[in-house]
Parts: sequence; C-alpha cells; structure tokens
Amino acid sequence: MTNIHSTAAQMSDALSAGTITSVELTEQHLDQITKVDKQVHAFLHVDRENALAQARDVDAKRKSGQKLSALAGVPLALKDVLAQKGVPTTCGSKMLEGWRPPYDSTVVAKLKQAGVVILGKTNMDEFAMGSSTENSAYGPTHNPWDLTRIPGGSGGGSAAALASFEAPLAIGTDTGGSIRQPAAVTGTVGVKPTYGAVSRYGLVAFSSSLDQAGPCARTVLDTALLHEVIAGYDQMDSTSINAPVPQVVAAAKKLDVKGLKIGVVKELSGQGYQSGVLQRFNEALDELVKAGAEIVEVSCPNFEYALAAYYLIAPSEASSNLARFDSMRYGLRVGDDGKASAEEVMNLTRHEGFGAEVKRRIILGTYALSSGYYDAYYGSAQKVRTLLIRDYQAAFAKADVLVSPTCPTTAFKLGENVDNPVAMYLNDIATIPVNMAGIGAMSLPCGLAPEDGLPVGFQIMSPAMKDDLMYQVGGTLEAALVNKWGKTLLSDIPVLAGK
Amino acid sequence: MAGISRDEVAHLARLARIEMSDSELDHLATQLDSILVAVASVQEVAQADVSPTSHPLPLTNVTREDVVRPSLSSEEALSGAPAQVEDRFKVPQILGEE
Repeated sequence: MTNIHSTAAQMSDALSAGTITSVELTEQHLDQITKVDKQVHAFLHVDRENALAQARDVDAKRKSGQKLSALAGVPLALKDVLAQKGVPTTCGSKMLEGWRPPYDSTVVAKLKQAGVVILGKTNMDEFAMGSSTENSAYGPTHNPWDLTRIPGGSGGGSAAALASFEAPLAIGTDTGGSIRQPAAVTGTVGVKPTYGAVSRYGLVAFSSSLDQAGPCARTVLDTALLHEVIAGYDQMDSTSINAPVPQVVAAAKKLDVKGLKIGVVKELSGQGYQSGVLQRFNEALDELVKAGAEIVEVSCPNFEYALAAYYLIAPSEASSNLARFDSMRYGLRVGDDGKASAEEVMNLTRHEGFGAEVKRRIILGTYALSSGYYDAYYGSAQKVRTLLIRDYQAAFAKADVLVSPTCPTTAFKLGENVDNPVAMYLNDIATIPVNMAGIGAMSLPCGLAPEDGLPVGFQIMSPAMKDDLMYQVGGTLEAALVNKWGKTLLSDIPVLAGK
Repeated sequence: MAGISRDEVAHLARLARIEMSDSELDHLATQLDSILVAVASVQEVAQADVSPTSHPLPLTNVTREDVVRPSLSSEEALSGAPAQVEDRFKVPQILGEE
C-alpha cells in the first residue's frame, strides 16, 4: 500500500503499476502538509493548484501510454532559493517578499521536464546564511523529532518536510553544509554534488564559488534518482561541468564495498564532538568493515583553518552578490517619497529588507575585501583554500572516499545560539572543507545518539566528479544499518499530532 | 589585532549601502570583533609561497556563440519592478536637484 511513508522509488513503482495516481499521491501529501505544517513550518508557500495540475498532466500522459521518467508524478519540496516561474520566491527574506520570478531556474526546468510534482517552496535561513532556519524572516522551522529543536540550516525546511512525510523528495542548496547538516539533524539523506555538477542558473547566489544545489530524500536510492534528474551540463551556467553525469543510481544499488578504502579524517572527530555522535559514527564504521571495506586513517592538518577561511570567503562573495538588492529592478523599495535620492532609498531598503545575519555577513565581507585588509583576510583565506585542496589530494591518494560525522552535535535547541555567531558557525566545521575544495559529499543517518535520542549524521566525501563512489558507500551502509536495526531510523520518529 | 571601532563599522555600512542605527552599530562592532578574532588564524598558514585559489574549477573565459535566442519580454522583465514608467524601470533621482 503506497502512502506518504513510502520511498520515492516505491511511489514510482506504484505509479508505473497503476495502483495509485499522481493526483492521489499529491493529495495525500497536501493533506499531510495541512495537518502538520502549522507545527513544523517547513513551507513558506504551498502551491496546491499548480501541484495538482502537474499531477493531472502526468496521469494523463501515463494513461495515453507515453514513456515517463522514473520520478514522474512523485511530489517534491523546493527550497525557496530557486526561481520558479510565477511562484513566490523569497529566499527567506523580506527583501523578496511577493516577488514572482519571470523564469524557471534550470533545476526547476529539469524537474518539470521529468514530471516531478512541485508541492511548494520550503523555509530557509535568509539568503541561505545560517545553520538553524532561525534567520528566516518568516519564522523558524521546527525539527519533527523534537519541535523545540532546530531542523538545521539553511535548508531546514526541505529536511523537515522529508522527516514529517510532507514530501518524499526535496531540493536543497549547500554552500557550507546547508544540505548535509539539516539532513544529519533530521535523520534524512542529503547530497551536495561536485561543484558544477548541477546548474546554478536561477539559484539566487550567496557565495558563487561555493554554492551547489543537490538532492534530499529519506533514502540513498531516492537521492540518487533525483540526482540524475537535476544534474548535467547547462550552457546557462558558466561554471557547469561539461562531462557525463556519474551513474549514481547504479552505484546506490550496488550494495558492495569490498576492496574499497575508506579514510577516516583524523581532524574531523574527537575533541569537540558529542560522545553519542562519535559512538554511532564508529558503529557505522564497523558495519562498513563487515561489508568488506578497509578503514584507513588520514590526516588533513589544514582543516583546522577551513572554518576561518570560509567565514572570510563566503561573506566576501556575499557582500558582492547581494549588492544586486538595490531596490531598483525588483524586490522591496523603502523611502521613495519623490524627494529622497536613489542612494538614500537604497540605504533604507537594505536596512529594512535584510535581517541581522545577512547584514553581519555583508559588513564582514566588505571589511575583508576593503583596501588595507584584503591581503590579510581575503587573500590569506584563498591561500588556505589551496592548502585544503592539497590535503584532500593527499587523503584521496590513500583512500577512495573519506568519512566523518556530519556535525559535531545533534540538533540544538531553538534560540540557543541565536546571538552567538561564532558558536553557530562551529556547526559547519566538518561540512565546510568539502565546499572549499568543490568535491561531493553526502550525509545519511547512522543512528540516534544514546544521550538524547536525536539523529546522528554520517558524512561520506568523494573526489570531484566521482559522486558515484559516495552513493555506493552510502547505499551499502544504509542497507547494513537498516538490516541491523530491523527498521528504518525514521520509523522511530514521534508522530505529529497535527493541529 | 586591534579591535574594530564603531566608526569603522559605520564606514563599512556606508560602503555597503545599509542604513544602521547607533545601537545596531554598537552591537555589530562587538560581534565583528569576536568574529575577526576567530578568523584571524588564516594568517598563520598563509605563506608567501602558497598560491591563492579563487574557485574550485580550473576554468577561464567560458564563452558561447553569439546567437539571438528567445529572452524575456519587457513586460516580464519589468514584472517585479517596484516602479515603472513607459516600459522602463523608474528609479528615485540619481543627481541632486540643483
């Protein structure tokens, strides 16, 4: 019986077999959103009419015998940082309240082409800056495991939608961990593909050399199916990689890691990591050994500087990218009384339109790029980036993939780090090096921490354009853990009462 | 490392075109101080012989053929404009009145 708890792959099979229609499946998910989203607040906009129209279209095509893609008719939640024609796209900011893009991002165009049903837009930290969704101008998302805790960020809405069975698939974007950290703290799967694997056209830019969209779901295979829909060369993105997409679906189904070398990054576990996180991480390593992998320890000595370099590079690029929000061509305009100058209107608009964290990062980036400080800050950070890439090269010479816990802790309480940016930034310590080097990485659940009963994420990193390797290891580990537990992790999530 | 003063933050806010109240400036100066202390470690390892990396992909000057393709109509391009007049974006005055 196919229902909202099924995997996307199962939904796909049921749709092909004709035991359920896309309209029925879409209605089930819209009903669940109506029931639980007042508690979770994963969605900023639910696009009921368009979703049902898309579902009817897929059902009609299927009935007429057209050949459809694997995910045709399966519903999806879209992070509100990707442009969708005619549908509100806010990036979690007052700056873009009410803006309806006149075009589709490439990711959305590919989803529509594949017949994936887009249910609506999900909540996020403003302009993807944050690790908790508390920086959303529209209020935070709540973690379905414990509504008093953060769902991660910036893509907390997408991850929470998966964990609360509001959608079986979601799109996230990851600049320093915004797909993987939310996946880790909600017990779901999130993948940041190799930089350049998925087009950034229509993805509202935060830090252009780091941003990458990717698939989110509740299983490794479902993320792989979605990966193959959204990845591929795009002439509209000058940083798109013109090479074949790795065979990630086949890799996710391999369920074999015999002979693979798995490198444990010494610097990404140990001090500063919660004991239950380390325990579940080590137990997962045991499963990989039983499955025939060889574990080696690798050292990446420059990783200790990655966080510092990231918090110079990302704000620097953001201060430049967010200059486009100037109140002239779209978005908010404040103080235009016919007397004020364009510059005064710009100043007032950006004062009112941006939240505290966005302002903090723009000012930090402006500082790091300003004359007299450029070499010491931005220039030094770029050199650290070179050192991080060298560390990865040395590590990948010893191992096929690298692994670590995704985050140092499980989900913290909403409000706990709101006014302590340095503490908040520490959440991303294990995810950031990946973006700095442009490689691919995945987070999948490896258990609940004994001390608090909250999900722990296991991170797998693979070399650039070898995304299939992380799917192979992730698929194998997931199967071994589900076999050991006798159930999926999400089968233990508290049932939301709905109100 | 000398701390960052409120006047410096006010200068940065002007460069970034963001109006800020006195209390915002005070709060931000304190926070930037702690952030700058946390990120200053990059200078420890940034030796002169290490080349900088600005981007993960070794790409330069990606171009395409210059051919006419469908694009947004002026109506679509103006659909999000805060104000418009005669198929154009209407902006506040750029030059002084004198």
